[in-house]
Amino acid sequence: MAPGGGRGPPQGGSAPAGPRTVLAYLIRRLIAVIIMVLVVLLATFTVFFMLPKWAGQDIAVLFAGKASGAEQLEGIRTKLGLDDPLLVQFWDFVKGIPMGRDYANGSDVTHCPAPCFGYSFRTEAPVWETLKDALPVTGALALGACVLWLAGGVATGVVSALKRGSVWDRAAMTTALGGVSLPVFFTGMIAMGVFVHNLGWVKIADSLSTDDSIDVWFQTLILPWIVLAFLNAAMYARLTRATMLEILGEDYIRTARSKGLNESAVIRRHALRSAMTPILTVFGLDLGVLMGGAVLTESTFNLPGLGLEAVRAISSKDLPVILGVTLCAALAIAIANLVVDLLYAVIDPRVRLG
Amino acid sequence: MPTVSSKRRLTAGAALVVAALVTTTACGGGDGDGDGKGKGAGYNAALNKVANPSKKAGGTLRMVGKQDLDSADPQRAYYGMSWDFMRFYTRQLVSYDTKPGKAGTKLVPDLAESTAKISDDGKTYTYKLRDGVTWEDGSPLTSKDVKYGIERIWATDTITGGPQYVMKALDPKGEYKGPYKDTSKDKLGLKAIETPDDKTIIFKLPKRNGDFEQFLAMPSGSPVKAAKDTKAKYTQRPFSAGPYKFQQYKPGKKIILVRNDKWKKDSDPIRAALPDKIDVTISANLEENDKRLMAGDYDVDLNGTGMTQSGRVTAIQDHRGSIDNMHTSFVRYVALIHTAKPFDNVHCRKAVFYGTDFAALQQTRGGKLAAGDIANSTFPKAIPGYSDYDPYGVIERKGKPDPAKAKDELKKCNKPDGFSAKITARNNNPGEEDTAEALQAQLKKVNINLSVETLDGADSSSITGSPSVVKKRGYSMQMSGWGPDFPSGQGYAQPLFDSRFLAETGNYNESQIKDKKIDGLFDKAIAETDPVKAGEIYKSLDKRILDQADWMPFLYEKNITWRGPRLTNAYMSDAYNGRYDYVSLGVNDKK
Repeated sequence: MAPGGGRGPPQGGSAPAGPRTVLAYLIRRLIAVIIMVLVVLLATFTVFFMLPKWAGQDIAVLFAGKASGAEQLEGIRTKLGLDDPLLVQFWDFVKGIPMGRDYANGSDVTHCPAPCFGYSFRTEAPVWETLKDALPVTGALALGACVLWLAGGVATGVVSALKRGSVWDRAAMTTALGGVSLPVFFTGMIAMGVFVHNLGWVKIADSLSTDDSIDVWFQTLILPWIVLAFLNAAMYARLTRATMLEILGEDYIRTARSKGLNESAVIRRHALRSAMTPILTVFGLDLGVLMGGAVLTESTFNLPGLGLEAVRAISSKDLPVILGVTLCAALAIAIANLVVDLLYAVIDPRVRLG
Repeated sequence: MPTVSSKRRLTAGAALVVAALVTTTACGGGDGDGDGKGKGAGYNAALNKVANPSKKAGGTLRMVGKQDLDSADPQRAYYGMSWDFMRFYTRQLVSYDTKPGKAGTKLVPDLAESTAKISDDGKTYTYKLRDGVTWEDGSPLTSKDVKYGIERIWATDTITGGPQYVMKALDPKGEYKGPYKDTSKDKLGLKAIETPDDKTIIFKLPKRNGDFEQFLAMPSGSPVKAAKDTKAKYTQRPFSAGPYKFQQYKPGKKIILVRNDKWKKDSDPIRAALPDKIDVTISANLEENDKRLMAGDYDVDLNGTGMTQSGRVTAIQDHRGSIDNMHTSFVRYVALIHTAKPFDNVHCRKAVFYGTDFAALQQTRGGKLAAGDIANSTFPKAIPGYSDYDPYGVIERKGKPDPAKAKDELKKCNKPDGFSAKITARNNNPGEEDTAEALQAQLKKVNINLSVETLDGADSSSITGSPSVVKKRGYSMQMSGWGPDFPSGQGYAQPLFDSRFLAETGNYNESQIKDKKIDGLFDKAIAETDPVKAGEIYKSLDKRILDQADWMPFLYEKNITWRGPRLTNAYMSDAYNGRYDYVSLGVNDKK
């Protein structure tokens, strides 16, 4: 997805954006986010609820379990409105998010309170309950990992660029190559084998919930953070190094140096600031994707976040949960992009919103 | 991700892999069982005998599984592992004996004082409840609670997923609409069950059924206290009548059971109830689960589906005393669909029997220990009906094919040049896709050209279980596995072979056998209340199916299962598809 229309060419001489233009911009972008999420939702809805139907499969069977008679299937179809046209079903779903929803078949009513993202007939719970439990885990994993990889990756990249060709540069870039090449389920299993099973330095909890103490969360998340950060930091290190090298060759850096600015100010105020723009773009996307669930990391470490929930839902064909997780992921990516677009204006004064 | 030259990437990757492997092997020397935390009771120590017999109570039994219970609601669960687990918190009128192997399939009284008093016409079953049976709040458990629990099976649009044998036996026309639509005051409107007093319960069958007590032994025969029935949500917190009650249940994540102090040992001759706590973790990473089992973090796999390939190798090498080669009572089979040409012709079906290399299929699924024994009968060894009848000489040839005879049968089928067929396999069943491809290569040698189509196992009831979809997609063979719902010929074979079980969805008579003789044999066997005589009838049924080459079994499944060295009273029960009998397990330390 493109970062959107936030970045224009430098507009020399125009007045800085006032609060009103920023607000208008925000509203415009938020509407775009909502439309995009609705489109994603409609597409997912069609894939899971309509494609099987068109292929001659009865999706009521997925909600019924092993022994299912015709009468029972009919009941399920009525209750879930599976016979309604696609758009009616879709509208019922969307309406349920702010208003809540009742699934009814005669006297048999299942209530799903707002915000109703659907109701899972596998776990007999509203999808929101599942998402609510999974979000903190995914959020903690994503935030912790991204702090580590951003700090580690950018610092490594800058130092590598400044000491280009040195032993440090070579060692860092080789490690980075390893990080990019190795999948999480590999590094994850190795990390667990060494630090949990052999050395016993960390103790991983069987499952995480908001009732657990900070210590439990930290112990359980430290390895996933490092493993996930290692993978991404590697890429950021290489990206930062390449961008920095390019910028350090620019005329304005030479100008800054010839003005007599000391080297650290040149690096911090001029070089690094420009280098941050492409890094921020990638970072926004990565963070968004991660907030939608780090499937591999979560399944390797059995972290009960959105990614693991997605795997569970897909393997048990729990359609409402699949839909809920997809919705979360789409929202996360859209919002992360919006935030990144706003941040451009902060780090790069040439960017105007409007 | 930035692109890097693939050669450099490969070299660096390889170097890291080697480094990592060196590190792990250096740290992880195999030093006996469970990292020295105690020695296992011996290879196959829980097969047909009890490993580490003990009466010591206390400690926490720690289980791990990839898959959660399909439901914690006794009337809604259908997985064997759930039924095994449910004895911790549910009780039935009768249940399976707590004995190893085949002896575990015998029914013994549980809530009832004795097994049923059956009337002379075989249609009335009467039970008297024991004294002192209670719910977890201490209130007495009555015959009305038993009736109400069983009535829930009728609420088919809310209480979904569980077996419906009791319903079909007591109310074949489906006249009763279930307790939630019941207009009578106490919601006990089902006429076929009578509760003249709090201790007595009488079942009145319209037709004899020799397996009726087996139906009552399933968790769907468990009592439910009407005041505690939360309908569909009952799965989140079932109300206990057994030795343990729920402390926590997070679907897909965690189950914690603690002692139910209102349960009285003298009211329950079956449940040993040794541990103080049962702690179940659901974790998706199978390899990691195996590692943690071997490290002693967990004692037993809840699912009982066997170890992964890597886990198996380590376990066999380093912890041989802590594994059992479990017989699962599952049969791996290929259904030959009679409505798909040319399988309407018995000779074409026989050609498949002769062209198949059973020994190679066994190898593909992991060899004798991890895959199981080559099958001859359509019945597994633990089910009455099994015999050594081997009309195609499969066992005689040690599983090797007989191409000459296969070609002979093809000629008789008027297909001397062979034919093409589509076979389905489930892509999420480990090894099934490979096995179908192996079969494809084998049958090609006799000019039967298979194309393999894979599908998600979760879709089977709506795709391979739907004759109209099967027809539309042109499938003629289906590879799958099947285990008994309850250990009798009826519980194992009727859904597979009886023409009256053909259904539009969720069909398991996948061969689409319509044979009046087979249907007749089922009726005769089911009406027979003497299990030995019924077994003989099932033997002739098995013979008929094999002679007609209706359905091709190829393996009696086995797997390698971890038995934690802390476990006491571990034995594998045929009543639970060969799994450990969970309710008898204890742990030998106080942890």
